[in-house]
Amino acid sequence: MAAPTDTPRPAGGAAARAASRRSERAPSGGWRTIAGKEMADHLGSIRFIVLLVVVAIAAVVPMYFISSDISSVAPQAAGQPAIFLALFVAGSNAVGGVTTIAFAALFVPLVGIAFGFDGINSERSQGTLSRLLAQPIHRDDVVNGKFAAGIAVIALMIGVLIAFVTALGILRLGIIPSPEELARVFVWFLATVLYASFWLAFALLISTAIRSTASAALVGFGTWLALILFGGFLLPALAGALFPVDTTGTPDAILSANAAQHLFLRLSPATLYQDVVTAVMNPNTHNLLGLGNLGQYVSAQEQVPNLLSIDQSILLVWPQIVALVALTTLLFALAYVMFLRQEVRA
Amino acid sequence: MTEDRTNPSEPRRGAPLKRARPRVGLDARPAGPTRQAHALDDDANPDGERQVRPWEVEAATPVAAEDQPKRRRRTVAELLADVPEDAVIVTRRLTKKYGEFTAVDSLNLTIRRGEVFGLLGPNGAGKTTTVLMLLGLTEPTKGVVRVVGLDPTREPLAVKRQVGYLPDNVGFYAGLSGRENLRYTAKLNGIPRREAEARIDELLAEVRLEDAADKKAGEYSRGMRQRLGIADALVKSPTVLILDEPTIAIDPAGVEELLGMLRRLVDERDLTVLLSSHILGQVQSLCDRVGFYANGKMVASGPLDELAGGTAEVELEVGVEGAPSAIDPVAGAIPGVSSVRPHERNDRFRIVTASSDVAAPLATALAAAGLPIVHLRRRGTDLLELYRRYVPEGIDGRAH
Repeated sequence: MAAPTDTPRPAGGAAARAASRRSERAPSGGWRTIAGKEMADHLGSIRFIVLLVVVAIAAVVPMYFISSDISSVAPQAAGQPAIFLALFVAGSNAVGGVTTIAFAALFVPLVGIAFGFDGINSERSQGTLSRLLAQPIHRDDVVNGKFAAGIAVIALMIGVLIAFVTALGILRLGIIPSPEELARVFVWFLATVLYASFWLAFALLISTAIRSTASAALVGFGTWLALILFGGFLLPALAGALFPVDTTGTPDAILSANAAQHLFLRLSPATLYQDVVTAVMNPNTHNLLGLGNLGQYVSAQEQVPNLLSIDQSILLVWPQIVALVALTTLLFALAYVMFLRQEVRA
Repeated sequence: MTEDRTNPSEPRRGAPLKRARPRVGLDARPAGPTRQAHALDDDANPDGERQVRPWEVEAATPVAAEDQPKRRRRTVAELLADVPEDAVIVTRRLTKKYGEFTAVDSLNLTIRRGEVFGLLGPNGAGKTTTVLMLLGLTEPTKGVVRVVGLDPTREPLAVKRQVGYLPDNVGFYAGLSGRENLRYTAKLNGIPRREAEARIDELLAEVRLEDAADKKAGEYSRGMRQRLGIADALVKSPTVLILDEPTIAIDPAGVEELLGMLRRLVDERDLTVLLSSHILGQVQSLCDRVGFYANGKMVASGPLDELAGGTAEVELEVGVEGAPSAIDPVAGAIPGVSSVRPHERNDRFRIVTASSDVAAPLATALAAAGLPIVHLRRRGTDLLELYRRYVPEGIDGRAH
C-alpha cells in the first residue's frame, strides 16, 4: 500500500480498500475455477475421445499379442522372475516386437501437446482472454489452471488405460501380480504422467508464443515427429561427433568417451523417460549410463545377475527423474513468464 | 524543478511501496500544503473556469500545446490534490509508451459517480490502451490512475471486482451456451451459485437473450454477442462499467436497441460508465459528457452542448448558385460578421464567421443581391462538425 494516508480518497474508498485487503489475503482460488472449466472442456472434446481410442489401441494391441506369446511358453516361463512386467516390456513378433511401454513413449508426447497447444492462443483468438482477465483473478491463474487441468486429464487418461491393460493382462495370463510388480507399474504411470507434463508445458509455451493455433499445432506436432524420426539417430550421431571414441586408445579412454556420449543423450527428455521406464520396469537393470572405466567394467562382469528392489531401481534413475522434473519446470516457467509479460490486446 | 528528487537530504517519509518497482516520476509521500498550492498553480486554467469544475483539467475548448506549462515531476498526492470526493475514475498525466510510440499522452480524466462519459476518437487514438490501464491489464509508463479510489496496477483484483468490462470485440467460449458463459464469469467472481443463477436469469431477460440463453455462444450473431457481453459485464454487480466500442459492427437497428438497453441498465443500477467509441451519433444520447481523443491526447472534453457552444462564434456554411466569391461582399457587409473564408472541403461553399447567428440577415441579404441560396447551414451543433473540429486528422470511415 503506497502511503494510503496521503491521497484524498472518494467516499467508500477506505472500505473498498479494506475489503480488497481481506480478499487479497484469501485469494479467490481462480485457478481452480479455470482448471475445472478446462477439464470439463477437455473431457467433452472430440480430441479427448480420439486420443483415448488411439492410445488405447496402441497400448492394448502389443499387450494382447505378448500375452498370447507368454501363455504359449508358459511351462518354460514358470520360474521366470517378474513375469508380469514382461507383459509391458516384451514385444511380440506379431507386432514387430513393439512393446507396450515403447508405444506409450511414442504417444505420450502427442497427448501432452494435444491438450496444450491451443491453451492460451485460443483464448486470444476467441476474444475471451481480455474478458477473462477482467475478472478478479490473478493473471497466472490462467496458466496454472490450464496446466493443472491438462495434467489431470492426462493422468486420468493414462491411469484408465494402464488399469485397463493391467486388468487385461491379469485375465489373459491368469497370474496375480505381486505388490512389488504393481508398485512398479504405478511408478511407471507416475513417470509417464511426468513425461506428458513435460510436453504439456512445452505445448503451453508454444501456445503462448505463437498467436495462431494452427501454427502452434504444427510446431508442436512437428517437434514430436522430428524427435521420433530423427532423435533416434541424430542425437547419437551428434554425441559421437562431440565425444569421439578413439579405438586405438586405452580401454579406459574408450569407456569414458562412451560414458560421455551416454550423458549427452540425457539432455533429451525422451532419453530420460526411457531410462526411467527401463529401470522401473526391468528389475534386472543395474546400469544405464554405461561404464566409465575398466574397473567398473570388470566389476560389472563379476556381478551376479540379480533383481533390484523397487526402491533401488528408483534410486538408479533418480537423477533422470529430477532432470525431467527440472526440464518440465523450466518450460512451464518460461510459458508463465512469457504470458505474464504479454500485452492483453491482440 | 524536480525538487522531490534533487534534494537527497530530505528523508523519504512515504510508506514503502508494496512492490519495489521503479515508478518514473511518482513518489508516494504525504504532501505538505505548499506542494498542494504548487499543484493548483500548475493546473490553473487561464480563464478561471477551475472554480466551476475543479476536476476538469482540460477545458471545454481545445487546449493548445503551448498553453500547457512545462511539466515537472510531481508526487502522487500533488497530482491527486484536486480530485473531487465523488470521483470514480481519475487519471493524471497518464502516459503509455510502446517503445517510441506514445499510445496515451499525459491524459487527465475525471469521471464522477453516476456519470456516463464517452471517450470519442478515431481508431488507434489510444482509447483501448486507456481502458486497459484503468483495469490494470496494462501498466502505465507514467502517471497516476485511480479507479474507485484504488490503484489498478497495485490492486488489480480489488479494482476488477468492482468494474464490469465489455472488451473491444468481445468473445465467448463457442462450445458453451450463453448461460454457461455467464456462469463461468460468476464463478470466477466467487458469486454463490444460487445468487448467480438468479442474477444470470434476470440479466439474460434484460438483454433479451432468454430465448437464446441455452444456445451455443458460437451460434450467436454479432449483436447477440454484444448484448451477452453487457450481461457478462454486469454479472458481478459492478459499480463501474467500462464499455470499449459497444456499438461496433452492429446494424443501426441493433445499435438503437443496444443503446436503449444500456440507458435503462445504467439508470436502474446507478452505474458510472466510461464508454469508448468512434461512432459519435450513436453514443450521443447516452453520454453526459464526452472527451475527444486524438493521437493519445484528450483534445477537448465536457458536456456535449457545452462543447458545441464552446466557441462564442457561429459558423455558417453558405452556398449560392454561381461563383461563391459573390458571397464575400454581401456577407462581409452584415453586422457581426468577422470573416468569410472558403470551405475546407467544398470549394463551392463559403464559411461565414459571426459573433451571433446571422442566418436570417444573411439569407435576406443574399436574396436581395440576387443570389439564390442552395445551401445554408449552421456549423458546430452537429456532432460530426465537433469531431472534425477537435480531431483534425480525419475520421474513420465508419463514422457517418
